[in-house]
Amino acid sequence: MSGPILEIRNLTVGLPKGGDRANAVENVSFHVNPGEIVCVVGESGSGKSVTAHSVMGLLPKGQLKATGGEILLEGENVLTATPSRLRALRGTRMSMIFQEPMTALNPVVTCGAQIDEVLQIHTDLGAAERKEKVLAVMNSVSLPDPEKMFDAYPHQLSGGQRQRIMIAQALVLDPALLIADEPTTALDVTTQAQILKLVSEMQERRGTGVLFITHDFGVVAEIAHRVVVMQKGHVVEAGTANEVLKNPQHPYTKMLINAVPPLTPAVRDEKTGPVALETVKLCKVYGGGGFFQKKREVRAASDVDIRVRRGETLGIVGESGSGKSTVARCIARLIEPSSGGIVVDNMDIARLSERQLRPHRKHCQIVFQDPYRSLNPRRSVGASIVEGPMNFGVSADAAHAKARDLMKLVGLSPDALDRYPHQFSGGQRQRICIARALAMEPEILIADEAVSALDVSVQAQVLDLLDDVRKKFDLAVLFITHDLRVAAQICDRIAVMQNGVVVEHGKTVDVFTNPQHAYTRSLFEAAPGRNFEFARVA
Amino acid sequence: MTAPATTTPLADAADTPAPAKPTVWRKLFRNPAVLTGLAIVLVMVFIGLIAPLIATSDPSAINPAARNRLPMAESSMRADDGTRITVKHWMGTDTLGRDVFSRVVYGARVSIFIGVAVAAISIGVGLVVGLLAGYFRWLDSVIMRIMDGLMAIPAILLAIAVVSLSRAGLLSVIIAIVVPEVPRVVRLVRAVVLSVREEPYVEAARVSGTPTLKLLIRHVLPNTVAPLIVQGTFICASAILVEAILSFLGIGIPPEIPTWGNIMAEGRQLFRVFPHNILYPGIFLALTVLAVNMLGDGLRDTLDPKMEKRG
Repeated sequence: MSGPILEIRNLTVGLPKGGDRANAVENVSFHVNPGEIVCVVGESGSGKSVTAHSVMGLLPKGQLKATGGEILLEGENVLTATPSRLRALRGTRMSMIFQEPMTALNPVVTCGAQIDEVLQIHTDLGAAERKEKVLAVMNSVSLPDPEKMFDAYPHQLSGGQRQRIMIAQALVLDPALLIADEPTTALDVTTQAQILKLVSEMQERRGTGVLFITHDFGVVAEIAHRVVVMQKGHVVEAGTANEVLKNPQHPYTKMLINAVPPLTPAVRDEKTGPVALETVKLCKVYGGGGFFQKKREVRAASDVDIRVRRGETLGIVGESGSGKSTVARCIARLIEPSSGGIVVDNMDIARLSERQLRPHRKHCQIVFQDPYRSLNPRRSVGASIVEGPMNFGVSADAAHAKARDLMKLVGLSPDALDRYPHQFSGGQRQRICIARALAMEPEILIADEAVSALDVSVQAQVLDLLDDVRKKFDLAVLFITHDLRVAAQICDRIAVMQNGVVVEHGKTVDVFTNPQHAYTRSLFEAAPGRNFEFARVA
Repeated sequence: MTAPATTTPLADAADTPAPAKPTVWRKLFRNPAVLTGLAIVLVMVFIGLIAPLIATSDPSAINPAARNRLPMAESSMRADDGTRITVKHWMGTDTLGRDVFSRVVYGARVSIFIGVAVAAISIGVGLVVGLLAGYFRWLDSVIMRIMDGLMAIPAILLAIAVVSLSRAGLLSVIIAIVVPEVPRVVRLVRAVVLSVREEPYVEAARVSGTPTLKLLIRHVLPNTVAPLIVQGTFICASAILVEAILSFLGIGIPPEIPTWGNIMAEGRQLFRVFPHNILYPGIFLALTVLAVNMLGDGLRDTLDPKMEKRG
């Protein structure tokens, strides 16, 4: 076939009045050729998803509307297509996979029936032929035992398997264009690697054009043929993957690429300060069941022994369900450990009651993942910061004076103390959370995926801040993350967790250069863009 | 902007004020359901308050000479000082010759008082119990089983029991309506608390050593306010209805105090001939319940963030 499958020309989508800018996307032009993967990269709010949804005709009605330009799908303008024509095009000529495979699939319909539905709507095949076709496509996305999966409900499958079902559903009619909107963001790295491999295989075999939306340059390096970089609704740079990643021209692209942490750990001095935190055979067992249910036990953490010195950062790395957050929450005593000890300040706090624990709350503070939920939306950020010190008898004036100092320390204006959380961006809120933690003058700071929800550029700044405060206050930092790149940047030592057990533990450099455990090695192999040296450009 | 030199460019974004959001109050006053409902409720409250001024005669004064008069009929009676006065019966009179208009106007007092009292008491009790059940896991199953038990008691049976144990009166009626209503509030509050207690900001407050009581009041309680205001209006409406039902059945407020329910009860025998005895209190009752429900619906649309998107 000649000519591009998808051509977007000068697309402009208006935002409703009162938004932070006039148009969600403005004058966006790019194209997707057959058999090509085009990655649209940008941070949150760059308009990449709006672009993808415009192509599918899925913009929220009454809120967003394409006000200019055209979107040509195999030469046909979808912006002017009738709703019934659009319905016919969706599924047959273009299809989409979404970020969250659990919510994108209907939980009360079996997986097979959901793929079958596409065929029922768009073809007049008989039931037997359809089933054959569904099983064939399920087989082609490497789902184990398609016969059995056909009758399974989405909740019975893992995240990766659900995403495969989504892909099967999208590809069953061999569309010319596949739009993938952050399809791997909600998945673990090892699953992500498999799905990326699957997408590029399917695309190669079928000659599908893929429009791949992502914020992750590692993913881009892994699969993109061409890259389109978007910022605030504009395309700032476009080119082949090699050009853009090795030799970026636009300052924004340069900034984004520079913000991607390298996978090679920095050389760090060995810390010899006193031990601030030690866990001894820490276990957490979640026991289910009650009067009527069968007893079910999940060992979220078993026999975890970790030790963090003052001034040291220990990374706990693992995929979801590995128990890394459970360990962090036990140490912060947000949950009660089932057995084992947590030694802080020469005192085992694992068994203390809430009342006995209060004096020890000062020693250990935590910064959470989601900056939008970490601050009480009804209280000014100043009130949130002074709450802790005032619980321990610091006078209001002294606490406020300290809060002002801390705001300066985390790079925010002290005058902003009277503002409410919704007036800050995600990165700023995370700074406020760090200030709140520091207000308690802790010895241990737990960062539970503290930078995972942030855009890369903001992520780099918050990481720098965390490292600064560690040095300044000689903190013992427990850094929980699923991201090896981030861990390489900030951690002195790393503990790798799998299924509640620490499988490997050592200096960051050693773990990265010479991983011992098979699971650690598989994590490294799955890290997107691991073979790609990102340009370091000024 | 007078930010210190250490401020990164990041901080600037926060200095531009966020786009002005229409406040909750402004949104409320733009909602026609809220406005209509509120207006009718206020009129009813006003009528109840000034009942002694607008009532044309004593609501319990019996005038055997003027029984079963039709609306707009007039009758004359001797006043205390011996002069004769003429009274116009806007809504006619009942079988004992009492002025229905005056009785309906006084009836507003009882209905609205009961509605408000039941809503306030059940929310007050339900809030405390719900907070405890939601926050303290070990109390949860005990409290919730008791609540399940309470929920199984029908208001009317309970009213009969309370009345036979003590005597008919305001207090008995309020108790009979509050008891089955409390578990509903407890469930609502508990559900909110269960989700809010997992919020990182609540956990952050725990880690900062905030005492439990302070934590509940400062961080958890405010989240229950909006759903409780909404639930409160619905409780109020249903309490007004249940009181009318109880009084109609004769197990509510004793007949010497006029309420919409017992006015209707007394008009029942002659309903075919003189429908006004039931019609007028019925209109007031329906209008009030409708208004309170409209108010509740409007409040829910405005206060519940999940409903906002549909707008």
